[in-house]
Amino acid sequence: MKIHEYQAKEIFADYEIPVSDEILCHSVEEVEKAAEKLGLPVVVKAQVLAGGRGKAGGVKLAKTKEELVNAANQILGMDIKGYTVEKVLTAKAISFTDEFYVGLTIDRNSKSVVFMASSEGGVEIEEVAKENPDAIHKFIIDAEIGLMPFQARQIAFKLFNDIKLVRQGADLFEKLYRLFIDTDASLAEINPLVITADGNLMALDGKMNFDDNALFRQPEVLEMREPTEDEKTEIEAKEKGLTFIKLDGNIGCMVNGAGLAMATMDIIKIYGGEPANFLDIGGSSNPQKVIDAMNLLLADQNVKAVMINIFGGITRCDDVAKGIISALDQMDVKIPIVVRLSGTNAAEGLEILKKTNLVTVASMGEAAEKAIEMASQTV
Amino acid sequence: MSILINSDTRLIVQGITGRDGSFHAQKMKEYGTNVVGGVSPGKGGQKVGDIPVFNTVEEAVKATKANATIIFVPPAFSADAIYEASQAGIELVIAITEGVPTLDMVELMPYLKKNGTKLIGPNCPGLVTPGEALAGILPGNIFKKGNIGLMSRSGTLTYEMVNQLTTNGLGQSTCVGIGGDPVAGLYYEELLEMFENDPQTEAIVLIGEIGGDAEERAAKYIQEKVTKPVVAFIAGQTAPPGKRMGHAGAIISSGSGTAAEKIKAFEEAGVPVAKKPTEIPVLIKERLGM
Repeated sequence: MKIHEYQAKEIFADYEIPVSDEILCHSVEEVEKAAEKLGLPVVVKAQVLAGGRGKAGGVKLAKTKEELVNAANQILGMDIKGYTVEKVLTAKAISFTDEFYVGLTIDRNSKSVVFMASSEGGVEIEEVAKENPDAIHKFIIDAEIGLMPFQARQIAFKLFNDIKLVRQGADLFEKLYRLFIDTDASLAEINPLVITADGNLMALDGKMNFDDNALFRQPEVLEMREPTEDEKTEIEAKEKGLTFIKLDGNIGCMVNGAGLAMATMDIIKIYGGEPANFLDIGGSSNPQKVIDAMNLLLADQNVKAVMINIFGGITRCDDVAKGIISALDQMDVKIPIVVRLSGTNAAEGLEILKKTNLVTVASMGEAAEKAIEMASQTV
Repeated sequence: MSILINSDTRLIVQGITGRDGSFHAQKMKEYGTNVVGGVSPGKGGQKVGDIPVFNTVEEAVKATKANATIIFVPPAFSADAIYEASQAGIELVIAITEGVPTLDMVELMPYLKKNGTKLIGPNCPGLVTPGEALAGILPGNIFKKGNIGLMSRSGTLTYEMVNQLTTNGLGQSTCVGIGGDPVAGLYYEELLEMFENDPQTEAIVLIGEIGGDAEERAAKYIQEKVTKPVVAFIAGQTAPPGKRMGHAGAIISSGSGTAAEKIKAFEEAGVPVAKKPTEIPVLIKERLGM
């Protein structure tokens, strides 16, 4: 789960990490009021759940009232990677002498939390990682002892020469680690962390992502969730035990298991088709899931054919077949459906489907070919 | 021979009185797995079928000499169940549960290392040594005893691959589903080492997916340390960036973790990559000169 910059900085402030004075605004009038309160110059920053907003023109410095109104007008309502900007953060402009990157994430290889720090702040860290990987210092944190003060100092000495800044930095890094653990984060990033003109550290931008698996024990984090339209469909699906991701093609897919669902999308593409979605109905034998899944697929007007690919394990093919039958009974399905059933109770499942006019095939390759052929014939 | 489990494995089931735990305990027993007991706090003394239930793992180990456990407890309590098994001296823990918080796993790892406990999963389908033991939720009837070792990050895709192998006359030594979570127990490198040292295994199938760089690391390991033929498959070759494809691990972020990078790494390591599941048996037969 992702949150906005202003939300991340609220969490930072709760942990006494210094952030700039800033006010969240939803209109040009609010931006003007905020600037009056903060005093010019200010920075107006788009709040969207997508990266690269700086490049898209979503961050602007305003020194005068005129620049302020222009900036607010340009940024509010702007489209950044498919997201419409509905709110902006108006922040007091800070003059600084140097900028850095610090961030915490989970490292799959060491199976640990890792602290990353770099003197090349203010730019996208992924680019630094590609072009100058040695500029990023990585510190693996031992889960048994957490981030100890000595390790926080080690990191700080990589970035700062002045002992006063080393002490400030070490203290800030410990706070960042604590909030990462406390909130079940998967990413906590300050970029840039700056040395202000008066010689102190401040977080000028913040980014946090959270572990979806841990949201059940993070009610305060969950409250910050702001799903987009596509995500709303995905969350709705999740509540029904389905994993759904909308794509742009015309072949609706219903598969059990994430890996097989990905392989199904791949095989449709190999045979020259385009999948309309990723849909994993998971490992269960509840026919209701099949009905829910069918509803999701058919809600997409682009879908011209449906490919059902089931390899039974926990999921029993006869239950899936029953689900398909009751879905067809309840819904007016006009588009062709290809079904491939293998594994647990496949023979029983295919027997049930004999009563229908659905196309059944033996392999996923055949299913893909058939679905593509039928989609091309559907108006 | 085989790896990790065989007919000597003495398995207990943590969460045996739950819906999935009781169902799969019986299924595993039907397959021939030596299921010696189950654990469910407060249900000690009961039986599931003819399998005795204990209150704690410690009691179960004392009474049954169990050396492996399979975990079906809900996500919020999974880490605790794994600690309990490790503390009781269980050597191999298989965690089936999906949705375990990542930081729970991060905190757990040093303890397992200290105790020498091997973990498979979480969020995995388990493993099978065909004809000897099945510890997981995999459909037993698709497997066949033989010489191919298989490891996979996915569940049902594993079944698809095993089905391809079996119907083409290629049996398996052991098949391991390592799970789809970002932080998991045994991974490709450890399993490659085990298969390399297992006399029964003649060739290895590695089924990866997008996200992370575990496949790239595996490719490097194969190039340096593995003498047996390896063939691979990568799921998610057409997945769009930034979308999490079901598994917590399966996401392409910032241009890394793509299928193209993984395929390139394997090909550079001399590992052929199948485009479709049906190509896997063909590639193996080629590599084995069959």
